[in-house]
Amino acid sequence: MTIWNHYYLPSTLDEAIELLNQTPGSARVIAGGTDLLLDLQQGRHAPVDTLVDVNQVREMLVLEMRGTHLFIGASVPLNQITTSELVLEHAQALSEASGLIGGPQVRNTGTLGGNVAHALPAADGTISIMALNAEVEIASAQGLRRQALNTLFLGPGKSALDPHGEIISGFYLPVRKANQASGFSRIMRPQGVALPVINMAAWLERDGDRIQDIRIAVGPSGPIPQRITAAEDALRGRPYNEESLSDGLKAMLNSVKFRTSPQRATAEYRQKLAGVLLREVIQKVWQRAGGPVSHVV
Amino acid sequence: MTDQTLIECIVNGKQVRLPARPGEMLAEMLRERLGLTGTKIGCNEAECGACTVLIDNKPILSCTFPAVRAQGRNILTIEGLRQISGDEDHLHPLQEAFILHGAVQCGFCIPGQIMTSYALLLKKPEPTAEDIHHALKDTLCRCAGYPTIERAILAAAEAMRTGQPVQPPQIQESARAQKVIGRVEMRPEAVEKTTGAAIYTDDLKFEGMLYGRAKRAGIPHGRLKKLDVSEARNLPGVWAVLTAEDIPGDHYHGLVIPDWPTMVGIGERVRYVGDTVAIVAAETKEIAAEALDLIEAEYELLPVIQDPVQARKPETEALHPGGNLLKHIKVRKGSTEAGFEQADVVMEHVFHTPTTDHAFLEPECSIARVNDEGRMEVYVGSQIPYADRNQVARALGWPEERVRIIGTLIGGGFGGKEDIMGQIHSALLANATQRPVKILFDRHESLVVHPKRHATQIRVKMGAMRDGTLVSAETELYGDTGAYASLGEKVMTRATTHSSGPYSIANVKADCYAMYTNNPPAGAFRGFGVTQSAFAVESLMDMLAERLGMDRIELRKKNALRVGSITNTGQVLRDSVGLVECIEKVEAELHRLAGPDPFAPREVEGSPHLVRAWGLAAAYKNTGLGGGAPDKSGAEVELYPDGTLEVRTSAAEIGQGLVTVLRMIVAEEFGVRGERVHVLLSDTDLTPDGGPTTASRQTYVTGNAARGAAVALRQALTSMLAEKYDVPPEQIRFVEGLAQVNGQEIPLGALATEMQSEGRAPRSMFEYWAPATRPLGEEGDMHFAFGFGVQAAEVEVNRLTGEVRVVRIVAATDVGTAINPLGLQGQVEGGVMMGLGNALTEHFILDEGRVVTDRLARYRIPSITHTPEITSIIVEHATSGGPYGAKGIGEIVSIPTTPAITNAIYNAVGVRVDSLPVDQEKIAEALAAEKAG
Ligand SMILES: Cc1cc2nc3c(=O)[nH]c(=O)nc-3n(C[C@H](O)[C@H](O)[C@H](O)COP(=O)(O)OP(=O)(O)OC[C@H]3O[C@@H](n4cnc5c(N)ncnc54)[C@H](O)[C@@H]3O)c2cc1C
Ligand code: FES
Ligand code: FES
Repeated sequence: MTIWNHYYLPSTLDEAIELLNQTPGSARVIAGGTDLLLDLQQGRHAPVDTLVDVNQVREMLVLEMRGTHLFIGASVPLNQITTSELVLEHAQALSEASGLIGGPQVRNTGTLGGNVAHALPAADGTISIMALNAEVEIASAQGLRRQALNTLFLGPGKSALDPHGEIISGFYLPVRKANQASGFSRIMRPQGVALPVINMAAWLERDGDRIQDIRIAVGPSGPIPQRITAAEDALRGRPYNEESLSDGLKAMLNSVKFRTSPQRATAEYRQKLAGVLLREVIQKVWQRAGGPVSHVV
Repeated sequence: MTDQTLIECIVNGKQVRLPARPGEMLAEMLRERLGLTGTKIGCNEAECGACTVLIDNKPILSCTFPAVRAQGRNILTIEGLRQISGDEDHLHPLQEAFILHGAVQCGFCIPGQIMTSYALLLKKPEPTAEDIHHALKDTLCRCAGYPTIERAILAAAEAMRTGQPVQPPQIQESARAQKVIGRVEMRPEAVEKTTGAAIYTDDLKFEGMLYGRAKRAGIPHGRLKKLDVSEARNLPGVWAVLTAEDIPGDHYHGLVIPDWPTMVGIGERVRYVGDTVAIVAAETKEIAAEALDLIEAEYELLPVIQDPVQARKPETEALHPGGNLLKHIKVRKGSTEAGFEQADVVMEHVFHTPTTDHAFLEPECSIARVNDEGRMEVYVGSQIPYADRNQVARALGWPEERVRIIGTLIGGGFGGKEDIMGQIHSALLANATQRPVKILFDRHESLVVHPKRHATQIRVKMGAMRDGTLVSAETELYGDTGAYASLGEKVMTRATTHSSGPYSIANVKADCYAMYTNNPPAGAFRGFGVTQSAFAVESLMDMLAERLGMDRIELRKKNALRVGSITNTGQVLRDSVGLVECIEKVEAELHRLAGPDPFAPREVEGSPHLVRAWGLAAAYKNTGLGGGAPDKSGAEVELYPDGTLEVRTSAAEIGQGLVTVLRMIVAEEFGVRGERVHVLLSDTDLTPDGGPTTASRQTYVTGNAARGAAVALRQALTSMLAEKYDVPPEQIRFVEGLAQVNGQEIPLGALATEMQSEGRAPRSMFEYWAPATRPLGEEGDMHFAFGFGVQAAEVEVNRLTGEVRVVRIVAATDVGTAINPLGLQGQVEGGVMMGLGNALTEHFILDEGRVVTDRLARYRIPSITHTPEITSIIVEHATSGGPYGAKGIGEIVSIPTTPAITNAIYNAVGVRVDSLPVDQEKIAEALAAEKAG
């Protein structure tokens, strides 16, 4: 009754896909294992016959500029993401989020691919790249394909990936242009599980004192990680001031039905914190996007 | 491509080649197959960091790192650190700094701390405090030596950069210091604890050893109707499956009342989820686990008794033959009715405290084996070895002498390793199989099964005159003692007698109902009930001060216990009451730090939503068992021909530093350096009974025993010399390992030889009896000494989110005499951190008797990131009976912290926390309501 029988350490995507396709028994991709191994050890996940370890898959360890996008391989450890100058430059929200996941030991093994594939509605890495308009690259026997990140999620802990033939190989994040910036914050509770009570990422583009364009993602705000387009619409094109922010917040609260999680937070508290975070994150991102510093409380 | 069947890697510089095993984690491979047991497993769930090792110079958690993944990599464990500095004979600067700075307490987390720190220094040779907090965020220390860990890392970093020796810390020596006592002394076992050589129970292995596991009921209340173990018995690799029927001796155990079934038999009652119905011994852990799954048990479910108030209702079913009331504890002094009538102001409030868990980093482990003489040996890290011996022997139906308890190092106890946890089960299995059997709890089992801190409901009512004189105090306590008695009665008695605070009050009435419920048992936990009642009464003291319009410090000073005061149990305090000095010292420090009004709220500059303020609380805590319980300890001291000494006693070193204290006492009495004294603890064949390691009693009681034994041996040597040289005994001195007689100097070792040649053993045994105490309800001394403590906390509250951060703590503690200042610092800082956890992070959650917080991931203990700046002020009001004037300090340092924090929260934002832990959501809600209203 061991939690796995066979363990493979492929070094290319082709090998990894082939292994997933061919194993007769149950098989699963493992990256850092910081989610999966605990699920296996604690019986939330049935023992598997085969684990396909993707930590040495070359294509998935790349972190580089590719034309109009920054490519981050799914197996790049979170610590490398946190300390990468490229990520800081183009995707500061992700820098901030990945730096908050676990401690250094967890970040040395945990990956962005695993954070996203686990499909939790408030995973910090996932929320941050939602706001960055990330695309996910999926490898299968048919080759590579790119699709919008939000198409990946079906429900809490459920992704649309075929576990027997598909692997997330990496993420494409649009490069940052002038007057654009992003950021991430979260609020925790000192007791209980290390899941945020609420987290939020925003990306925006400034035009003088106007919010030219904006994207906001909040978790947990539903069964899957998501952007709050109603709030984005309420803020897009508006000047950065208290009135706009409170309209943005109103739109957010109208469109999101925050849940109560026992022992973690009530829906009302989450609503309140959504307001606190919205102001904090947008202020931070606004300042990063350049222009005079203004203080909105 | 084929799967990974071979692991070839480098471990500590050596090439290793091993076949891969399905499901094996790196920690297991290192510990079990390479014998590198320095890597510890504290949780096995990626939460505690104890298992940290470096892979290609990066720290990872080896408990959740598949061993096969080590293929082709370079692994460094704690055992390999020495060679890094190029010199196997010398410790690495980090190891040295951890020892010098007193960062090593129980030691269980230390390999992980050092490896994590080493990885940090590789990346950042000159780390800031912030870097350290960031790097060690998830490497937990329950002894919570975080401030010393931080200082040790900084010192090591400097030594590594400069090539100079590691700088020692600045430690204030005792004002009452002698030659050894009161000065800085290194912990004797610190070296092995930093190199990974230290052996805890799970690090031991015996030829042919089997692995034992217990089948837990998993239901909070019911009757066992059917039990089928036949399939489990037939599973290949299973050596024994035992049920209640197979217990040869007593079926029940317990420290005070034997009400705890070793296994629940058919037809008998299950009283909590951790009750055992069967035990298994098998060749591997996996087979044992599989066997548990094959055991079929059927229960008739009964309604769950969830809390003590419900338990006391007449219609509630009785869990034990005597009903649900374990004990109604009463304190009576004067007439509270008359007192309240007289009072100008009366305040009353109800407070709640939750169940909390010790979360010592080393989970419970015991190994039993039958030796060649047919005796039972049990290896275990126990706080009360002789009680273990008694309970194991009774279950086996053997005389006590046929059982030997052999104490191993203990990775933290805090009161949680006093009850039987697996010792009887492993002995029964060893007896049945005639093979050694190890029972190791995993973190989940540890959290579910062992006794906790009592959840309480405490109503406090106090009456005062206009001038602040307290005239009446009435308290009513409900304590949730869970399924079995454990030490529940004693704990709740302490909660009750201390429930009106360290004050002199003419009229006192306290009633406590310690009730059985279907929750996990509650027992001893650092603070022993006073943690709970101090939170209630010190909150009420602040409320009262506000109502009176009086300064909270003045109110406390005015009523503080002093020499000559009469406690609420009718005890006249004759000496060693340093409370007023503690208050004054903290007051002065507060004024120095924060000006004339430290309790006023202050906005943080640039962040108007962040508000800071100070809060204060005072407390006292008995040293020793008290209440009429005979409190004694035995110790033996022996002198060897090589001039070294050994002191032996069965008292537990749980990280608190007892070994150091005993060494210092014997060294002082013989005028030798500490290194010359060896300390042997907790082997019931070799060491006399030191009594339980509880109630902050060991320094006092066993300290006195060791001193008595040392003095007796010295006197024996003196009279031998006096006779031989014909000099009066007063002229004989012991200095620096030599006896001085008539201008002649004789090495101690020669005296040992001489005494032996006279046919006498150079050894003496001393049984120390602490001053007699009186039971509660009778006037007179209920306790022979009290420790006092006053703490102030500065908190920062976020008015928008309700989040609370503790910025600073000032702690003044009256310790009698600071025998071991370095160890004392660790106790103060660790105690403060535990109090901080009690206030802010810790909440053991039960839902209808089921444990919600059954993983470390759900039960949070403070990490280095929670650590405030801690200023410790030591006050020394010597107590006449204590060794060199010392009294217990292990608990008092932790007690005032929680109310100091919650009082500070009130001072900052006006929200009174009356239920622990502090709930940031409630604070935010209250602030929002205030704004709206
Ligand atoms: C102590 C601790 C603290 C943590 N704190 C946080 C936190 O603060 N915030 C947070 O968001 N998370 C946190 N986590 C969760 C976890 O570390 C992250 O979610 C991590 O990013 C998961 O990555 P992984 O590589 O370890 O995933 P794994 O555990 O290896 O995999 C997770 C899931 O994804 C699948 N998978 C992995 N990679 C791929 C891939 N490339 N393609 C397809 N499927 C894949 C696996 O099959 C599995 O189902 C914490 C975990 C621990 C142990
Ligand atoms: S034992 Fe690995 S993190 Fe606790
Ligand atoms: S010394 Fe860190 S847990 Fe005891």
